Amino acid sequence: MDVLLLSRIQFAFTVAFHYLYPPLSIGLGVCLVIMEGLWLKTGNPVYHQMARFWTRVFALTFAIGVATGIVMEFEFGTNWATYSRFVGDVFGSALAAEGIFAFFLESGFLAILLFGWDKVGRKLHYFATWMVCLGAHFSAIWIVVANSWMQTPAGYQLETTAYGPRAVITDFWAMVFNPSSMDRLFHVLCGAWQAGAFLVVSVSAYYLLRRRHTAFAQASMKVGLGVALVASLLQLVSGHSSAGVVARHQPAKLAAFEGLYETRTNAPLVLAGWVDEANEEVRFNLEIPGLLSWLVHGDVAAPVKGLREFAPEDRPPVNLTFQLYHLMVGIGFGLIAVAGLGSYACWRGRLFDRRGLLWVLVFAVLGPQVANQAGWFATEIGRQPWIVYGLLRTSDGLSATVTAEMVLTSLILFTVLYALLFAVFVYLLNDKIQHGPDAADLEPRGKLAIPGRS
Amino acid sequence: MSYPAWLDLNAVWFVLVGVLFTGYALLDGFDLGVGALHLFTRTDEHRRLMLNAIGPVWDGNEVWLVTGGGALFAAFPVVYATVFSGFYLAFVLLLVALIFRAVAIEFRSKQPMRWWRQMWDVGFAGGSLLSSFLIGVTMGNIAWGVPIDERGEFAGSFLGLLHPYALLLGVTTVALFLMHGAIYVVLKTEGDLQRIARAWINRTIIFFIICYAVTTMATLLYVPHMAERVRTHPWLFSVALVNMLAIANIPREIHHGRDFRAFLSSCVAMIALMTLFGLEMFPNLVLSRPEVANSLTAYNAASSPKTLGIMLTIALIGVPIVLAYTASIYWIFRGKVKLDKMSY
Repeated sequence: MDVLLLSRIQFAFTVAFHYLYPPLSIGLGVCLVIMEGLWLKTGNPVYHQMARFWTRVFALTFAIGVATGIVMEFEFGTNWATYSRFVGDVFGSALAAEGIFAFFLESGFLAILLFGWDKVGRKLHYFATWMVCLGAHFSAIWIVVANSWMQTPAGYQLETTAYGPRAVITDFWAMVFNPSSMDRLFHVLCGAWQAGAFLVVSVSAYYLLRRRHTAFAQASMKVGLGVALVASLLQLVSGHSSAGVVARHQPAKLAAFEGLYETRTNAPLVLAGWVDEANEEVRFNLEIPGLLSWLVHGDVAAPVKGLREFAPEDRPPVNLTFQLYHLMVGIGFGLIAVAGLGSYACWRGRLFDRRGLLWVLVFAVLGPQVANQAGWFATEIGRQPWIVYGLLRTSDGLSATVTAEMVLTSLILFTVLYALLFAVFVYLLNDKIQHGPDAADLEPRGKLAIPGRS
Repeated sequence: MSYPAWLDLNAVWFVLVGVLFTGYALLDGFDLGVGALHLFTRTDEHRRLMLNAIGPVWDGNEVWLVTGGGALFAAFPVVYATVFSGFYLAFVLLLVALIFRAVAIEFRSKQPMRWWRQMWDVGFAGGSLLSSFLIGVTMGNIAWGVPIDERGEFAGSFLGLLHPYALLLGVTTVALFLMHGAIYVVLKTEGDLQRIARAWINRTIIFFIICYAVTTMATLLYVPHMAERVRTHPWLFSVALVNMLAIANIPREIHHGRDFRAFLSSCVAMIALMTLFGLEMFPNLVLSRPEVANSLTAYNAASSPKTLGIMLTIALIGVPIVLAYTASIYWIFRGKVKLDKMSY
């Protein structure tokens, strides 16, 4: 295999693995703020127990997120040196902000969250919970801004240097608020809230089915379902507006999402199908005429650009992008249904003895994870053959000094290491779940036991 | 926000990147050292106490590496790209070691089985040793110089990075972190473990001083460019003097039972070492050898002045906040470490 393919496989593998964890941290962060807030407001000890249990789960996801995140930062330089020289000037400020504002905030205050229950007062502890949640969100902001710049570059100019071409920032805020960054950020955050909330829902449903920790599970379920429902509905809004941005700024990607080859008015929305790339058509297609035109332009008569407008070497892989995109959208609607049904049953007071529905909720935890992965793969594969859309091809971004053998070595090392890491993660998560919330946590200790003192 | 023209932003960022890596050495230095010292402990309780001494802070410490790397990427993309791709296998090994170590910290005490704990103990110690060693080897290569071609690409090989001087710096770094870690253990523990750790300090200081003497001599003899600036500006010798006095002060403070001052002395020694390193390197970030003209400097390898300015603004807002809450977290977790059910 050649160095380009191996480097792409390694980056895809390491980033996909990494991305299992930050969304959980972000989503759980929101849940932690709500749970501890409820405890402070009501004084109900179950909320205190919840905050402590879910903090332990949070710490697990955060630890693996940090460890695998360092790999990502190194890989830009190790495998994509030419790309790094090209984007360094633009990425620089975003990355600096990420390090300084996000990572320090998150890791520093997590220490208080985890180890400081008995050392600090209520107000300071709750403040730390907020900061951890905020830090997790900040880290998403800056990396999504940087990635969005790769999708829709703005606020830069091109320069040639002794070390090759580079993009130089001309307008910091135009770079930060590039055409896709805010929509994509919102989309990513909704996905992350879903991931965290459905984990809470899933574990709670499991306890209810096993008739263990019932009071804890019922209270956790309510918080989890609430966040899950709101996030899933917001995701619908954000998904629609993200697709609109793709249509305006990356028409080749949108055409691949929809398997649309010919530019046409009254363009159909394909619900499912199989793209035959050789004959440039969608087979076994189930479609709604005109809906794509209407969704993109608000007008069925408006034309949507097809893939034939782009030279074959400028097109992304179509069927793969198409399937991943449709998988994401399908799961997105599924999650709305699941969260809606769950919330409705919960509101009617019937959820806790409907075992079928509870089983669905147990497995719903996989939904956001699969959708998040599929969505990222779709958006990154859909950007191909570009690494920076329209400016730098992926094949031109590699490290000149790195050989296929070297990448194969590191790929094997990472695969072994990550397999181990994943096994240990699953094992420990299961261990925490089987162990369950601590009965001793029903009673706050140390300074936290004193209400109203900071 | 714009900065006055007399302000040399490239030099400022040379210093700031140095500050971040120095912060990393000071902080992760002690927890890497604690990891390596893990090999010399005898009981499970001592191992847990040592892990918990670094428990609340180690991942915050590692963030300094992430931020240092990020700042290098941002301020000097060419250096970042060349060094990271050129030192490919070494950096992959560093990552594997760091991750394995992090995993070991998290997972070691989660199960009571002996084989489980031993496996992670070895992983923790091995990962810590290998990380320290590789960081030292990287520093050694940067000081010695590496082959760079006219397009700024690394032109050497992985094995070429493992020359004697680089290996020597690797060992010296391990020794330095061992000493720093031993002092930290004394600071955070009491009773038996503290007595053992005091003995470690004596041994690690001797080990470090031997390495330090050999490194200094090797540098003066074989890497004369790393002494050039101090030779031509004799007043800079004061930095070297501070460095030596600070090292000498460590056993003195330990002898008088002033452990915290011993830790500060160790920090001062490391800061002085990094200052000397920076002074001798400037303006080079990667010295090219043999083609000196191809060296990557703070001027030819930097981002645009505009980016450097924006980043300086971010740093001026962010760094004081970071320092303030880092200090307050160390304050909250001051005192001796005790084991409870939340412990590792």
